[in-house]
Amino acid sequence: MAIHCTLLNVGLKEVFMDQAIESGQSLSVRANWIKWIVLTLVSLVAGYAIVLMYAQNETIFALLTLVVVASGVVIFAREDTYSHRYIYPGVAAMVVFIIFPLMYTIGIAFTNYSGTNQLTFERVQTQFLAKTYDQPNSAYQFELYQVENYKIQLHFEKNGENYQTDAFNLGASEPITLAPSNGEKAGTKAAIRFIIQNRDALTKLNIISSDGHPLSMSGLREFSASSPLYQLQEDNITLVSQFDGEILKPNMDAGFYQAINAQGEFVGDTISPGFVVGNGWKNFTRIFLDKGIQGPFIQIFIWTVIFAGLTVLFTLAVGLVLASIVQWDELKGKAVYRMLLILPYAVPAFISILIFKGLFNQSFGEINQLLEGIFNFKVNWFTDPYMAKTMILIVNTWLGYPYIMILCMGLLKSIPSDLYEASAIDGAGPLDNFFKITLPLMIKPLTPLLIASFAFNFNNFVLIQLLTNGAPDIIGSSTPAGHTDLLVSYTYRIAFEGGGGQDFGLASAIATLIFIVVGALALLNLRVSKKQQA
Amino acid sequence: MPIVKSKNEKKRVWFAHLFLWVFCAAILFPLLMVVAISFREGNFASGSLIPTDPTLEHWKLALGIAVTNADGSITNPPFPVLLWLWNSIKVAGITSIFVLALSTTCAYAFARMRFAGKKVLLEGMLIFQMFPAVLALVALYALFDKVGQYIPFLGLNTHGGLIFAYLGGIALHVWTIKGYFETIDKSLEEAASLDGATPWQTFRLILLPLSVPILAVVFILSFVAAITEVPVASILLVDVDKYTLAVGMQQYLYPQNYLWGDFAAAAVLSALPITIVFLLAQKWLVGGLTAGGNKG
Repeated sequence: MAIHCTLLNVGLKEVFMDQAIESGQSLSVRANWIKWIVLTLVSLVAGYAIVLMYAQNETIFALLTLVVVASGVVIFAREDTYSHRYIYPGVAAMVVFIIFPLMYTIGIAFTNYSGTNQLTFERVQTQFLAKTYDQPNSAYQFELYQVENYKIQLHFEKNGENYQTDAFNLGASEPITLAPSNGEKAGTKAAIRFIIQNRDALTKLNIISSDGHPLSMSGLREFSASSPLYQLQEDNITLVSQFDGEILKPNMDAGFYQAINAQGEFVGDTISPGFVVGNGWKNFTRIFLDKGIQGPFIQIFIWTVIFAGLTVLFTLAVGLVLASIVQWDELKGKAVYRMLLILPYAVPAFISILIFKGLFNQSFGEINQLLEGIFNFKVNWFTDPYMAKTMILIVNTWLGYPYIMILCMGLLKSIPSDLYEASAIDGAGPLDNFFKITLPLMIKPLTPLLIASFAFNFNNFVLIQLLTNGAPDIIGSSTPAGHTDLLVSYTYRIAFEGGGGQDFGLASAIATLIFIVVGALALLNLRVSKKQQA
Repeated sequence: MPIVKSKNEKKRVWFAHLFLWVFCAAILFPLLMVVAISFREGNFASGSLIPTDPTLEHWKLALGIAVTNADGSITNPPFPVLLWLWNSIKVAGITSIFVLALSTTCAYAFARMRFAGKKVLLEGMLIFQMFPAVLALVALYALFDKVGQYIPFLGLNTHGGLIFAYLGGIALHVWTIKGYFETIDKSLEEAASLDGATPWQTFRLILLPLSVPILAVVFILSFVAAITEVPVASILLVDVDKYTLAVGMQQYLYPQNYLWGDFAAAAVLSALPITIVFLLAQKWLVGGLTAGGNKG
């Protein structure tokens, strides 16, 4: 070994000497130049992007880019942060993809962000100001004629009077003013199909009637004078309808524009689209006070804890027993057993969960066919809450025991064999060995792993999403919620399932509560593993 | 090995064998059943474990070959399974390479260097790793919507974006690799740096070649993790042609369109390569898993 090392040392010395001679000073100076040019370029590009984002009111994303890029530039520019250069890429990835989404989610929890309230106030106001209405009795019938040089000419008719445009190209953007005509039309009349094909271009035309009103296409055969529906008042928030004089003000509690009466009170319905406003702790109080949310939330929370707890218990029981048997020296063919027993862990979970979904299917599933053949009854695996929960625990134990078994096989090796010899001398049986030696000695090193397993199963989204999707539904819930939903899948359904109106704010509030639970588990885990090392 | 043997030792061995046989049979039942179903006729047929009238129709469909039925009608493959498999392998392969690059450099600094905030960063990474991405999906969606406006190939509905999103999950790998680096003797690197090697050179030319086994473990673990990830992929990917297997396979078992037989063939086809790789690498993986567990 010593000789080998020396040889290697000599070899290394040559490598580094060569590189040092080759590179010399000029190379390192050049490398330094390149570094500074790259850093400057990165700063410039990022700076431009940040200003752009800030100008578009994307303050949070501008801030994120600023923090990530600036810290990177500083770390690579300074010499005394050399070590940080190695961890920067990894830590930056964690900040962008784990920590930032966490903070952003917590931020959403304090807003009314939802399917109906998605845009910023400015964007919503712009949408209102872009609304138009057709002025009564202003419709012009039109016909489109194709003339030479691929140009077109429009002929209009209203109340027996004829107007026409000059010939123009279809993509024209300059204003086109109508002139009175005598009704003579040149070229060939275009079929309705041509109008349909070029509808977008026709809609964009800027045509002005002979008395100065802008006209826009209001049907396949007519243009009409339209004008903006709302006019913005001087306070920059109030909108007045030009159609019926209704006054709209933004209701900052609801996040909608709403009509007001003479006293300035909000009356009538809110008008979509809504905008995002902060609503303080409202989402959190809804979880605990709103009957349609509180009931399912507490029920689902209890089931989540039971599910995670029982999963840990069952996988531990099965995994530890199997590990003890498979490690037994007297047993032949251990390697084969070990491979077969690990198989559920080797098959990708998303496939095996879907396999179970099909096998447990109430009408066509093989498991019910088997039960019917032998015992002559069928089990309602997906419609009966208790059977659905039983099924989930069976499937999750199947999925989870190999991991615990693998861990236990590693840890069992560390139990000194003379303990078992001593117990054999005392005449103890295998059960005594397991409960009095193996289990007590294994529990301590296993504890942090079991806490991690509890935390993982507390948030076992994939299992529920693929197997039951929460079925059967909880009756009387105002959000999508099922008996087998875990808190994570419940949150996911509130945010992404159509029925409840995609309430991102509420979903983020529940997610924030889960963060607290997960954070507590993570800290507990860290403390337990530290104590063990001490 | 215990020296004292009890008289009923033999009985116990037989009992253990019997128990393991019954248990293995129960555990393997679902997997064997799916293989059997993939050879059955139609999507609703029932039958025994060994199909009486085996057919290859589901397998042809899974491999993307149209099937001509007895009545002359043609059944086209319902979903592009091979394309999904390729998407999965592509995303997982590229992800693993980047994850490996990020986590080895991180682990090197954590194992060999002293710098401000080292302990806080290490523990912080471990804690934040436990927060599931499912809960921040709204934020991730908004993030990639925004990224896509500036860098289109990393936006929503792109594989680039998905790979990018997976790069956050390196904390456990950093711990695993760091633990392994700490078992390697420092004297070689010290000798090299005496001879004028920079820290980067000692890392790349000495430490990395010595760490190939653990790098293989981390590569396989992150490969499997990327292939089996469902929630982020199902939010970011929109087009059927962009799906990975984990997103696509769900399409088979909707109540309105229940394709049990076709699913079985596609499931066996796509699970086989991953399962075989896992079983072959099992010995090293077990070491890697426990190393990650005993957070050194």
